[in-house]
Amino acid sequence: MSHTVEAVLAQAVTYCLVGLDPRRAEVEAHLQLANRACQEAKERVRSGVASAELEWPRFRITVNLAPAELRKIGSGFDLPIALSVLAASRQVPEERLAEHVAFGELALDGRVRPVNGVLAVAEGASAAGIPRVLCAAESTPEAALSGIDVVPVRHLAEAVAYLRGERDPPTYVSSNGHRAEAPAPDLGDVLGQERPRRALELAAAGGHNLLLAGPPGTGKTMLGRRLPGVLPPLAAEEALEVTRIHSVAGMLAPERPLVLTPPFRAPHHSASTAAIVGGGPGPRPGEASLAHRGVLLLDEMPEFQRPALEALRQPLEDGAISIARAGGRALFPARFQLVATMNLCPCGGRGDPAAECSCSAQRLAAFRDKLSRALLDRFDLVVTVPRPRAHELEAARGEASAAVAPRVAAARGRLAAGGLERTAAADELLARAVERVPLSARGRARVARVAGTVAALAGADRVEGEHVAEALAYRTPAELATA
Amino acid sequence: MSRDLALAAFAASTGAHVVSAPRGARFGVFLDSFDAGRFTADLAGRGFRFVGRSEAGFPPLLTAIHDPPPGLFLRGDGGLELLAGTGVGVAIVGARACSAYGAAVARMLGRELAAAGAVVVSGLARGIDAEAHRGALEASGPTVAVLGCGIDRDYPAAHAELARRIGEHGLVVSEYAPGVEPAPWRFPARNRIIAGLARATIVVEAREASGALITADFALEEGREVFAVPGEITSGLSAGTNALLRLGATPLTAASDVLEALDLTPPEAPALELGTDAEAVLALLRDGPASADALTRASGLEAGAVGAALVELELAGLVAEAAGVFRGVMPAG
Repeated sequence: MSHTVEAVLAQAVTYCLVGLDPRRAEVEAHLQLANRACQEAKERVRSGVASAELEWPRFRITVNLAPAELRKIGSGFDLPIALSVLAASRQVPEERLAEHVAFGELALDGRVRPVNGVLAVAEGASAAGIPRVLCAAESTPEAALSGIDVVPVRHLAEAVAYLRGERDPPTYVSSNGHRAEAPAPDLGDVLGQERPRRALELAAAGGHNLLLAGPPGTGKTMLGRRLPGVLPPLAAEEALEVTRIHSVAGMLAPERPLVLTPPFRAPHHSASTAAIVGGGPGPRPGEASLAHRGVLLLDEMPEFQRPALEALRQPLEDGAISIARAGGRALFPARFQLVATMNLCPCGGRGDPAAECSCSAQRLAAFRDKLSRALLDRFDLVVTVPRPRAHELEAARGEASAAVAPRVAAARGRLAAGGLERTAAADELLARAVERVPLSARGRARVARVAGTVAALAGADRVEGEHVAEALAYRTPAELATA
Repeated sequence: MSRDLALAAFAASTGAHVVSAPRGARFGVFLDSFDAGRFTADLAGRGFRFVGRSEAGFPPLLTAIHDPPPGLFLRGDGGLELLAGTGVGVAIVGARACSAYGAAVARMLGRELAAAGAVVVSGLARGIDAEAHRGALEASGPTVAVLGCGIDRDYPAAHAELARRIGEHGLVVSEYAPGVEPAPWRFPARNRIIAGLARATIVVEAREASGALITADFALEEGREVFAVPGEITSGLSAGTNALLRLGATPLTAASDVLEALDLTPPEAPALELGTDAEAVLALLRDGPASADALTRASGLEAGAVGAALVELELAGLVAEAAGVFRGVMPAG
């Protein structure tokens, strides 16, 4: 084959993700590859082209990734680079390539591998009016969620043959179908714990954040893990939001392209701020975003680094995390329900009739100071779980999640239909509590919110005094609010 | 008065503890340059007051101790009569790292005593002190916090809001001028003022060799009543109070013990109308403290109903909660 210099220029379109935001990137074949990610890409692409028994052009090849200011990271550029090089060398028709967005990594033998974030890329292409996406076969179900036509390719040769119009790639058949997710742990496993269970049900019904305090070994974590099991499944739009985030984070199981149930995330307390709220040069979503539309469990909350805890205040307020980087600003949704557990003191002896707290006043104060007022204010429901005495351990099993979930769903429906009005008696009780307890303005608003949920769970027409009284039982105790 | 004020200002400027004019030229030099009018105006500008020990308004009980301070700096809207005789001061002191039991008892005593007209005096510290103040505030009674630093310093910082609420009807007082930093040695000196302002001192929970026992010692030296709340003999937090009992302190089993000793009458208990759930829960709590879960199982009620009943009882002052354990509080009388 012979080529004139001006012929050696071709373009493939792909998308690069800034956070979850797909940005159009054009791959022009003709410049020395500079980016780190692309240095590796060069070797993979050359090897892949050779493996596909295609010709690697004998010219000095320059590949330009435009726009230049976009930070291009990841292996998703392999496929568009290979295709643009092949188009420049007239081995693939350029006009046909222009009807596609290409996104995928190449193995050295030319196989196309799936990469993270396919859903967001496919959505970007779809929004830009590009009719088809070329991607790894394994990514097909995920990409198809965007509504775009997916051309699944297993090998570079297959992509080339398809673009030349020689044959259609075989349709992708999932090897194991859409397997259901493992069921969440069941509330029926919990013995006794009547009040924390009730608070969990209220949290599920009203979307309240829940703080479980008490000595170690009282089942706080066990309870917290059971919240997702009583939450209703995700609505279609929510499922797409969650899937997009999980796809970018590379956490999507191939057999479950669409996340249908509320996610559950329980980062360890040694997690860094970036791990919790997201970050890195990429930047990548953190645990708070992975828990979007689901539950974020912070076990032993005071053990977390204070900056990590404080960083959670933004998403708790706005439902999103904004990460500014030199290369751009990424916005990750993070509307999660927070469940936290904590001991009542550093030694764990407090609230335990069989043990004595050995903490000094200073240590106790430092422990409590770690939880800022602003953070504690985000918990509508606070439940102190004391250690049960031996004879109390004979408590019966509680209701199973399957019995609780319908009540939660019904209450959610009622709450979505609009807030209930308070009766005069309920207002009077609330006013008395503000004086007597006392409650701050924020504390009052929290009690009023929870009272609304109590009433909705009870199926009442209005918020009565008894609903406010129960809501008051879950207020932040003075011993946590002020040491 | 201006000499008292000069003495207090001199103490602040030297960082020393001064109760009478020191010998030597230093105080004389300070006195010459001291502008009492300006100092007072400065205090008033910040909403503070000063009462010197030679003034008529100075608490007589405090004058009676063997080393009364030169005067007291006052912050808050409470009147001087809180300290000066018409109010009956009762000190409630104890451990900072108290147990749930101690916290519940301190709050209950603060509330019952304030409701009967006593002025609860304590030190704004964490633990027992704060609970006693809070209890008095719950009964809408005035309470006095004695600090071991300047009254403009909210110490500990976590109690800034509590200090503000105390100041609404009561007083935050200190013998130290505004600006004086808290220092460990100032707290035992502060304790003599707590004991000195009160006709009776109650120690709720104290370890051996703790600050609360220093307060009790001051009270005993001045011939004031000392009460100790009995605790578990196995708990280190009760070692100090049990030692006081062995030495002859009066055991305190209800707020009425103190009220009788001070000739105070508890207020008429308003006829409470409790719901049937609340009555049932209260009856169960007569057998001893219990968690909400244990009460739920024992009563056969729904967890939510028990929660509402407990709140009803708490608001009525019949139940106290600490660390998730609820205790029935027997009203005074």
